[in-house]
Amino acid sequence: MLTLDGLRIFLGAFQLRADLRVEPGITAIIGPSGGGKSTLLSALAGFQTLAAGRISWEGQDITAAAPHARPISMLFQDNNLFPHLSISQNVGLGLGPNLRLAGSDKDKVAEAIRAVGLDGMADRNPGALSGGQQSRAALARVLVAHRPIVLLDEPFAALGPGLKAEMLDLTREKLSGRTVLMVTHDPSDARQVADQVILLADNVAATPVDTKEMFANPPDALRAYLGQAG
Amino acid sequence: MARGLVAVINRLPAWLAMALVLGLTFGTLAAVAARAELGRGVSSADWAAVRFTITQAIASALISVALAVPAARALARRSFRGRRALITLMGAPFLLPVIVAVLGLLAVFGRGGVLNGALAALGFPQISIYGFWGVVLAHVFFNLPLAVRLILQGWQAIPAERFRLTASLNGSVFRLLEVPMLARVVPGALLVVFLICLTSFAVALTLGGGPRATTVELAIYQAIQFDFDLGRAALLACIQFALGLSAAFVAWQVTPSQGMGRGLDRIVQRWDKGSVGFDALALTFATVFLALPLLMVLLRGAPGLFDMPNAVWAAAGRSVIVAVASAVLCVALALALAMRGGVAVSVVGVLPLAASGLVMGTGLFVLVYPFVSPRSVALPVTVLVNAALALPFAVRAIAPAVADAKRDYGRLSASLGLRGWDLLRIVVIPRARRPLGFAAGLAAALSMGDLGVITLFAGDAQETLPLTMYRLMGSYQMEAAAGAGLLLLALSLALFWLCDQGGRRDADT
Amino acid sequence: MKTTYSIGVAAALCATSALAETPVLNVMTYDSFVSDWGPGPAVEAAFEEVCGCDLVFTGAGDGAALLARLQLEGKGTEADIVLGLDTNLTAAARETGLFAPHGVSADLDLPIAWDDPEFLPFDWGYFAFVGNAGEDAVTSLRALAESDTKILIQDPRSSTPGLGLLMWVKAAYGDDAAGVWADLADNIVTVTPGWSEAYGLFLEGEADAVLSYTTSPAYHLIAEEDDSKVTWAFDEGHYMQVEVAGKLAGTDQSELADQFLAFMVSDGFQSIIPTTNWMYPAKVPADGLPDGFDTLVTPETALLLSADDAAAARDAALEEWRAALSQ
Repeated sequence: MLTLDGLRIFLGAFQLRADLRVEPGITAIIGPSGGGKSTLLSALAGFQTLAAGRISWEGQDITAAAPHARPISMLFQDNNLFPHLSISQNVGLGLGPNLRLAGSDKDKVAEAIRAVGLDGMADRNPGALSGGQQSRAALARVLVAHRPIVLLDEPFAALGPGLKAEMLDLTREKLSGRTVLMVTHDPSDARQVADQVILLADNVAATPVDTKEMFANPPDALRAYLGQAG
Repeated sequence: MARGLVAVINRLPAWLAMALVLGLTFGTLAAVAARAELGRGVSSADWAAVRFTITQAIASALISVALAVPAARALARRSFRGRRALITLMGAPFLLPVIVAVLGLLAVFGRGGVLNGALAALGFPQISIYGFWGVVLAHVFFNLPLAVRLILQGWQAIPAERFRLTASLNGSVFRLLEVPMLARVVPGALLVVFLICLTSFAVALTLGGGPRATTVELAIYQAIQFDFDLGRAALLACIQFALGLSAAFVAWQVTPSQGMGRGLDRIVQRWDKGSVGFDALALTFATVFLALPLLMVLLRGAPGLFDMPNAVWAAAGRSVIVAVASAVLCVALALALAMRGGVAVSVVGVLPLAASGLVMGTGLFVLVYPFVSPRSVALPVTVLVNAALALPFAVRAIAPAVADAKRDYGRLSASLGLRGWDLLRIVVIPRARRPLGFAAGLAAALSMGDLGVITLFAGDAQETLPLTMYRLMGSYQMEAAAGAGLLLLALSLALFWLCDQGGRRDADT
Repeated sequence: MKTTYSIGVAAALCATSALAETPVLNVMTYDSFVSDWGPGPAVEAAFEEVCGCDLVFTGAGDGAALLARLQLEGKGTEADIVLGLDTNLTAAARETGLFAPHGVSADLDLPIAWDDPEFLPFDWGYFAFVGNAGEDAVTSLRALAESDTKILIQDPRSSTPGLGLLMWVKAAYGDDAAGVWADLADNIVTVTPGWSEAYGLFLEGEADAVLSYTTSPAYHLIAEEDDSKVTWAFDEGHYMQVEVAGKLAGTDQSELADQFLAFMVSDGFQSIIPTTNWMYPAKVPADGLPDGFDTLVTPETALLLSADDAAAARDAALEEWRAALSQ
């Protein structure tokens, strides 16, 4: 279980509080833009220093760990692949920070590439792939890295609605069992795949609530965000 | 604790690079000052030299950049056969040893040159290259190509999306894109040319026409060689540093810091084509101005090529080794500095340009002499100094690409655990490959043509090609010297071209 | 022929194997002396044949840079002998206190008497303007100053010929020197850092004449069979350059250094000088000067300021020169 204990982030005049636990499965983070959704993920990934609080995973404190030393994989809004490396090299980086892979590791990479439906494209460079295929390659790297927590910072936002829905389903299928935190500005994404939803509004990240319940009985802040009159 | 240690180790290369630059600039200056006895201080003639130095450097910088802007724009928006070759040719004058270039210039603009021959044939009065404007002309010849490259980079950094947007708004590319880009790029180009001309020595002395064209560097030379007044030399070197750093400060103050934003590296398609005639004129002028003296070097040197003693070939071999070694060292140092970034790096990047080569050589000599024979360290010292002298250009070329790589892929790299050597090998070096190749080529070629510290340190077993060429001239062997000059030009260009192409080969987005 | 060759090789091999124990004599000199066309290689071979030593020449840049290099190295210098200073620099060299008496008494063939106890001449020449044959020769400094003739000169602060011309004008015109320089200013195409640049520019056709030596045409005549270069003889006389060598007091090879200085004024060294350094030998060798030297201009009057006079006149003369040419 991922625990955020008395988290405080100060960024100039902006501040953010979070005091919550995240269960395995997909948890969407929704809320008004500029509310700090990406900042919260950055803090979890280790890119954002905390003013106060603790982050722990399965009881172990990871607050001070370097980004790569956390049990976390992350997909960013863009630049998830190195354009000068082949797809298999990009995926292979999920197994270790150099490009020297043992035979069994190569098999893992090939398997992940197959699993995301990129058969036969292992030797191509990202520039030769479509946007959707690039997202799949990035997802393949998350698969081989095999870390229990996955942070998704709107990595599919640039895809069309159909492709995005397809990627969300693929994510749900391939990452089952892991603790996935997914930032989105589109409530329908949350409805489609999220088990739980964290509402981030008024500088506070609320406790996760079951998705159906959240949308059946939206709190005031969510109503305002969804544009429904209170 | 452990993280702190890792951070120190990661910063170590940058610290070493900065220490080296500071040691070679201020350290050697201090060494010279420490050897000084009470001299007669700075004279009125020295202040006249300071004034002349500033005036000619400003004029050279303004003219070089003014001519470079139309040429760079033409290169940026036209595609034609030989464009790449032209850009490579643009590198040549900058890489030439001064005396080779001066002889080439004189073959065109001198009293017995092509231009005056043509003027005389047409019944026009002759023009004289010597004097203030001769110095400026030579400096423009050396620096116009560099200014074109620096400004061309600015044009190429405008993302294709901006041209599309401007076209769709039916806006003026010039006002909306080019003027802001130039405002960002021109001060830096002016600064670099100003700094190079600030430390000019042989150009001013040969073409200046007399003692009124004395530069600070020349005054330093005379203080050391003629008066053996090391104190005055050190004082003058301080003045030179002060001038260089003031110029750098001014350039940084007037340079707007916001960038052009990012594009997706599509091939730039433009909807404004402007006047073809004007672009053709700008390119023709630049090409003729730059190529004609080079052609003269070629014509003069060709007969001598087959008449050169073996010593020339041996010296050429040594020069190539020194050039390659200093290019590798220079690029490594530049990479270390660029990875660190920040103001300190900018300052360190300017210092070698404002340093007096003579004070550097003399200071190193004073430092080395009590311990080892200068001859035995001549080539390593040359490698070190040449690397440091090329460092400002290398840092300028590499730093933006490294900054882009860090901005675009820093978090991804950190989350994947790419650090230290792996980060360089897998991310930074491939991303910065083009500027790395360019910087390596530049450093190698600059080192080939350099005739600096080697003169103080070398015996005849350590002669480099420029030194051999100079010694040939001193022995009435003008033809063989011209041949050696041509060989030098060819090797410099070849090294530059190889490195530059190496950076481009298989280069992806 | 073949036998001599193999003996030579054998001797070279023996010399190499014995190298470890052979004493080394370090001679610091100017660059062009050590170049392949300079006297260096031949002198080295000739002296090593008789000395049982290893003679090492170190080139230290232009002649004008030699003294600064020695001052920079100071007492710790490895050099045993400095070769290539001229009389305009010997006073300053003496002042460093680094030199020892040379102790050689040779009957030299200089146009002037020589009695310097520390510096021994090895060659000499007359400074002169060298022009192209077939063009009007100028006959005096004064006439040159009044003409439209274009000349190339060297900077006295970085070149020994440049300093020589400064002394030439001073020796010929004394207090009127400043006026002569003012008149010369418009004749001067440019002032180069060293002899090489000026001579190179002259050969490129940049001027009617260049400041060099009366012996320069001998090079073109002998080495290139080209008689197109001539010396202009000037009525005021020609200033001399006497090139000297001195032994350093701190040498650890005192006897070898003495041997070298004695060798320096013998035929073995002197016969090499004319066609490699293109100067007159300080002592004419037994078989005389090479063909071609007889065609050279011999000035009626040889001008030379004594070392002390030259040193005393230097700074003021330089200031006159600078002021006149800065107008």
